[in-house]
Amino acid sequence: MSDPVTAELSAAAEPSVPPTPPQRVVPAAAIALAVSGLCGLVALSALWSLHSMLGSPASGVTVLLGAFGVAALLPLVPALRAFNTARVRGRFLADGDLAAARAAAARGRDQSHTALGYALAVLICAALVWFATANDGAISRTFLRWEFIETAWRSVADAFWVNVKVAVGAEVLVLVFGLLIAIMRLLPGQAGRPLRWIAIGYVDTFRAIPSIIVLYLVGFGLSLAEVPVVKDLPPIWLAIVALTLTYSGYVAEVYRAGIESIHPGQWAAARSLGLSYGMTLRTVIVPQGVRRIVPPLLNDFIGLQKDTALIGVMGVTDAFTQARLTASNVFNLSPVIVVAVLFVVITIPQARFVDRLLAREQRRAGRPS
Amino acid sequence: MTFLQIRDVHKAYGDADVLKGVSLDVAKHEVVCLIGASGSGKSTLLRCINALEPISGGEIRVDGDVVSGQGVDVNRLRRNVGIVFQSYNLFPHMTVLRNVTLAPTMVGGVPKAQATEHALALLERVGMKDKADCYPESLSGGQQQRVAIVRALATNPQVLLLDEITAALDPELVGDVLAIVRELAQDGLTMLLATHEMGFARDVASQVCFLDDGTILERGTAAEIFEDPQEERTRQFLARVLTAGRL
Ligand SMILES: Nc1ncnc2c1ncn2[C@@H]1O[C@H](COP(=O)(O)OP(=O)(O)OP(=O)(O)O)[C@@H](O)[C@H]1O
Ligand SMILES: [Mg+2]
Repeated sequence: MSDPVTAELSAAAEPSVPPTPPQRVVPAAAIALAVSGLCGLVALSALWSLHSMLGSPASGVTVLLGAFGVAALLPLVPALRAFNTARVRGRFLADGDLAAARAAAARGRDQSHTALGYALAVLICAALVWFATANDGAISRTFLRWEFIETAWRSVADAFWVNVKVAVGAEVLVLVFGLLIAIMRLLPGQAGRPLRWIAIGYVDTFRAIPSIIVLYLVGFGLSLAEVPVVKDLPPIWLAIVALTLTYSGYVAEVYRAGIESIHPGQWAAARSLGLSYGMTLRTVIVPQGVRRIVPPLLNDFIGLQKDTALIGVMGVTDAFTQARLTASNVFNLSPVIVVAVLFVVITIPQARFVDRLLAREQRRAGRPS
Repeated sequence: MTFLQIRDVHKAYGDADVLKGVSLDVAKHEVVCLIGASGSGKSTLLRCINALEPISGGEIRVDGDVVSGQGVDVNRLRRNVGIVFQSYNLFPHMTVLRNVTLAPTMVGGVPKAQATEHALALLERVGMKDKADCYPESLSGGQQQRVAIVRALATNPQVLLLDEITAALDPELVGDVLAIVRELAQDGLTMLLATHEMGFARDVASQVCFLDDGTILERGTAAEIFEDPQEERTRQFLARVLTAGRL
């Protein structure tokens, strides 16, 4: 500080930094209040029309609808709190306690945002209720007739076993076949070139063709062409073969990404110890790669499971085929809703599992090494 | 007797010549240190000797056998020539013990019990026996590097290549690792090492080579190179290292 220029500069600089004023809260709170009030009203009227559509429902249902109505008004609470916080902010500001005023402002805006977020969620739910009650309930009568759901449930669930079997069978084969293709695609050197090309051609082809076309071609083509062995396979096996062909293309790419993500130092270390290319892949690279690819692999598997709804085109009676049959008999889509729900039910645990794995990877990656 | 013979080795990455005719003889029980600026080709030379990189010209012989070029059983070569990397490169999904026994059991044909016994003896020597069942990520850098040295030794190589094995370590961990290398040198293991630790090179090296821009510009005993360098470039390099406080 002996330097006069620096001393002068710092003396000048200090008062010239203006104190950060607390942010304004009232506008945000007003918007939050208006939006949550509006959304609440929309929700109440949607609930009311649902109530009248149900005619004179059991008192339990009325109570339930009432509870939903109260819940729809809950976003008003943080909005009103935000107004209160705005008052607190004003008091601190008047007292000259800037830090406390800033803290209050941040809290008030937070409350406003919370109110907005919940109000919009209420609005979305209200829209769904509106949709279900629209046209005097025609929509819910088309999709959600309990008696049809009840009658269709057994046969559809039984047929769903076919979907599960095809999915599991194809997944097992895809794990093996996809890895083979990935390894072919990664073969090194001159010697590996033709096999690399074949692998690339395979992936390009089968990722491009819609799986419904592969199913169709495999289902009818192989038996028409009297391909030995294959033509005698039961149709469910043909479905497994077709989905394996399609999804091995995707999964090969997932494997490849996993293998290529392993640091080249691992290759160098393993090869320098005298391990052959194949041994290195088997004991060092693939075991490490597989850990990283479980999440994307499960995503592809969920896609595969959904595509089992297409196997009807090759004459296999799966849940969707069964549901369509029932639906056209009763002239109502409720049985198809059963299939949809079944798919959701088997997918959700897998989706949560993927989330958990990803979160664990994130924590791992975030940890300093 | 010359054990490792490097004759006029060239190496290019695309258009970039990295090694421009390197010749070097390493006798049995000799410790040769490669010094030189970053990018002078030290790592590349070591990787070429281990056939991790193909060379573009010249010849490398180990114990009289040509090991470079086509038609060489690289996996056999690598059992005779071990390498330790700057970044350890331990296998993270295996325990310390498995890291060490992997090569002897898988390619050396050593029975598992015997490989384990040998591995534990080696780990004990470097003070890592109690970590045998740990995974690499739970070890410090110095501990990992000691395991990496043991892993390279487990196949009983005739030559050990060490590529700046202390460069990634915290200063207080460097000593432990260097002590092990020093001990190996006293036991008569043939070693070729790239290093920035000049003091260490002066202690252990029977021959020091100064690598500059892909050629060995100057070579001699440690005393000759460090006390009385003949080449201007060598003097400049040593002066820079000296001001950086590494001599
Ligand atoms: N895979 C590669 N592709 C292209 N160029 C490379 C490759 N590896 C190394 N090089 C180049 O070769 C030269 C020598 O690299 P090398 O790693 O052998 O140097 P070094 O002497 O070990 O340096 P350092 O002391 O920094 O480790 C550098 O210029 C580098 O850019
Ligand atoms: Mg290097």
